[in-house]
Amino acid sequence: HGPYQPHEPGYGLYQPGHSPYDDQIPDPESRMLAIQNAKAYLLKSSTTSGLNLYDHLANMLTKILDEQPTNAVDIIENISKDVKWAQFQKKMDTLRDEHEILPTFEAAEKRKALFLKANGEGDEELEEEIGETPLPNVMETAFYFEQAGIGLSKDEMYHIFLALKKLVSVQPIQTCRFWGKILGLEMNYIIAEVQYHEGEEEEETEEEEVIEEGGKGMGEVEDEGEDKEKEDEPPKSTYKPPPVIPKEENGTGANKYVYFVCNEPGKPWVKLPSVTPAQIVCARKIKKFFTGRLDAPVVSFPPFPGNEANYLRAQIARISAGTQISPIGFYQFAEEEGDEEEEGGGGRDTYEENPDFQPLSVVEMVDSLSTWVHHVQSILKQGRCVWLNPFQKSEEEEEDEKEEKEEEPDELQQEIGPPLLTPLSEDEGIQSIPAWTAQPSTNLIPQYAVAILQSNRWPGAYAFASGKKFDNIYFGWGHKYSPENHTPALPPPVQAEYPSGPEIAETRDPTLEEELAFKAAREEALAATEEEEDEEDYAEDDEEEDDD
Amino acid sequence: MEASSLPAALELVAGGGAGLSPEKRAVLGASLLLLQRDYRFERVWFWGCIQGVRGAYYIAEGLGPDRAAPRSRLYSLNCVEWSLLPPVTEEMVVQAEQLKGRFQGDPSFEYEYAEINAEDAERLFEDGKEPMIKEEARLIATIEQIDRAVGIIPRGAFVKTPLGSVRENRNFEGLSLMEAKKLSSYFHFTEPVNLKNKTLLEKADLDPSTDFLDSLEHDIPQGSWIVQPEKGGTVVVLRSLLWLGLTFYHVPMTKQYGYVYFGTGEKNFDLPFML
Repeated sequence: HGPYQPHEPGYGLYQPGHSPYDDQIPDPESRMLAIQNAKAYLLKSSTTSGLNLYDHLANMLTKILDEQPTNAVDIIENISKDVKWAQFQKKMDTLRDEHEILPTFEAAEKRKALFLKANGEGDEELEEEIGETPLPNVMETAFYFEQAGIGLSKDEMYHIFLALKKLVSVQPIQTCRFWGKILGLEMNYIIAEVQYHEGEEEEETEEEEVIEEGGKGMGEVEDEGEDKEKEDEPPKSTYKPPPVIPKEENGTGANKYVYFVCNEPGKPWVKLPSVTPAQIVCARKIKKFFTGRLDAPVVSFPPFPGNEANYLRAQIARISAGTQISPIGFYQFAEEEGDEEEEGGGGRDTYEENPDFQPLSVVEMVDSLSTWVHHVQSILKQGRCVWLNPFQKSEEEEEDEKEEKEEEPDELQQEIGPPLLTPLSEDEGIQSIPAWTAQPSTNLIPQYAVAILQSNRWPGAYAFASGKKFDNIYFGWGHKYSPENHTPALPPPVQAEYPSGPEIAETRDPTLEEELAFKAAREEALAATEEEEDEEDYAEDDEEEDDD
Repeated sequence: MEASSLPAALELVAGGGAGLSPEKRAVLGASLLLLQRDYRFERVWFWGCIQGVRGAYYIAEGLGPDRAAPRSRLYSLNCVEWSLLPPVTEEMVVQAEQLKGRFQGDPSFEYEYAEINAEDAERLFEDGKEPMIKEEARLIATIEQIDRAVGIIPRGAFVKTPLGSVRENRNFEGLSLMEAKKLSSYFHFTEPVNLKNKTLLEKADLDPSTDFLDSLEHDIPQGSWIVQPEKGGTVVVLRSLLWLGLTFYHVPMTKQYGYVYFGTGEKNFDLPFML
């Protein structure tokens, strides 16, 4: 507020020598004294913190004038706090903080490693890379899915691209595909679907299983020998567990592809074990979130035979069987020389690309669901893609166990699933919701639209088709959709210890009337026999008398 | 999430696989600004997208000077034309809670209410109304439920002025990395329920200007929030397991935060079995 102009309202109020405090402090000397007293008060150091108000105010005003924040009066308290806090920091100048190694730095190191080229690359390797490679073009797929708003950020997709490249260079892989991402509680899973070169599969795990079974067999024989020596054995249970359905061979059915997972691009890829039918059957009954650690136990009822790696593999198998689709005509059955009727219900399980594929227009792909087909075999109720009768013994065992055949329950009905390459129009919906929702990616530019399908049974499964290109992907939690709440299986009823029969069953105690009636009947019977005896006695007496 | 930070924010929440196509992103940039002009909002938030069977709803929220006041909600089927939704009533929420299944994608679709609750249906018959719920009402109720249950903000992002209105805190510099991993650093951005039940000792530690909301620590069931650092730890992403599809992101030590919902609009009632 500078010197007031005559037209301003403050004019004439503060004439020099006529300040509002004039009546209190008439002398200029007293005023100077008052100012000095005020300043001395402001300079007084605080007993608790050693600061003084004068310096603090000076610092604050300097800061405000330097930074010139808007509406400073509203945040003046915060500015004051900041200035005081800054004071603290200065005092620790002599000590230097050790550079914190944040976990973010380590993660960045790992991701940077993805971008480094392996050492010792010559020209030969470059040529190999440019030639046919099983590495899929992840960015191209990402572009098409992005047109529908589906997909991870471009950064993450590129990291996954490079991680897949690393996987392909390490393992002997024939085909590779980015299957999708499953979210978990602590960490997420990035999943790659892979097919090995023929003959390159590792058979080490199978050998280990055989050795284990052999060891167990030895242990059992020894135990049985000891048991026979004891005299009173507890009754053996007559419970026969249902036969274990063997898993499908690697390369067929539910185990057609091998899956590798990693938590983040940059971390090493881990191979998932093959899936067994028991795991699939159990996975259908439970609904659990994934934690992100492959060795985590799956605590559920019915108890899941395996840990999280097995559960993950089972869910991947179910999702693949339910939602991997392709435009009709892209795949066709290879011409086979054998009969189709050899294995009842087995159907064809191989297909090849159709070189004469004519892509349909996007409008046609979106309008009707019969333009899409499943190219992965569906999983039967048994847990396998190809039905197997578990009671069919192999030839060696048939002779030994013919006697037991009488006790076998009725033969299981053969299960037949929809054959390969069935169109989606055959898919059942859930209540009133169709199994798939089809949309073009854009209505504004139909010439370049992409046909997008979203699955309603497995939320998170998407497929796109545009011209000759198509792909499937999954982003989600890994669970099936059900409009009803999940009801966990109830425990089975308590098993009977022994068969109930008349000897064991308690009869009801007779009532009073029944007892009296019985007593009366017995007395009558007694009386009747006594009369007979008396008669006999009389007869005997008579006879005796006669004899005499 | 703030309409102005939409492009960057969508990159940060894309970890769940859901996002917007480039076409939608482009049109939202323009149409949300126009919403701000037409309705005189101070802030416009892109709330998210509810996926129906035949179509999707895109939802935006507008905020006035008091950020904690009831927000105006708008929906659109194509991100170009927006319609204002009527304010929510408790009755709508109660009715909508009984509906199950997916949204259809058509706002005028009517759900058959009679099958669900015979008593209420009889009452309605007496009133002369038919026992139907429109999908629009279900939409409003669902958005309100989601906001109430899982709409979150970082601690310190909003301050309560002495007059009672809530505004953004200009001094908020972001949570530190350690704080960002704790559930107690995030608040439900809705009327607090548990605050009054705290003991006096706990209340003494609270700063009434910033701690006027419920934190996530005591959410039931425990474990219904996932906290994950993504992109190598540079972004902290919170995902709700109660309403699958709600994602909250925050870049520590910066002012960037926001939440968005991409999902089917159904509550996850199986959560206790799945944990």
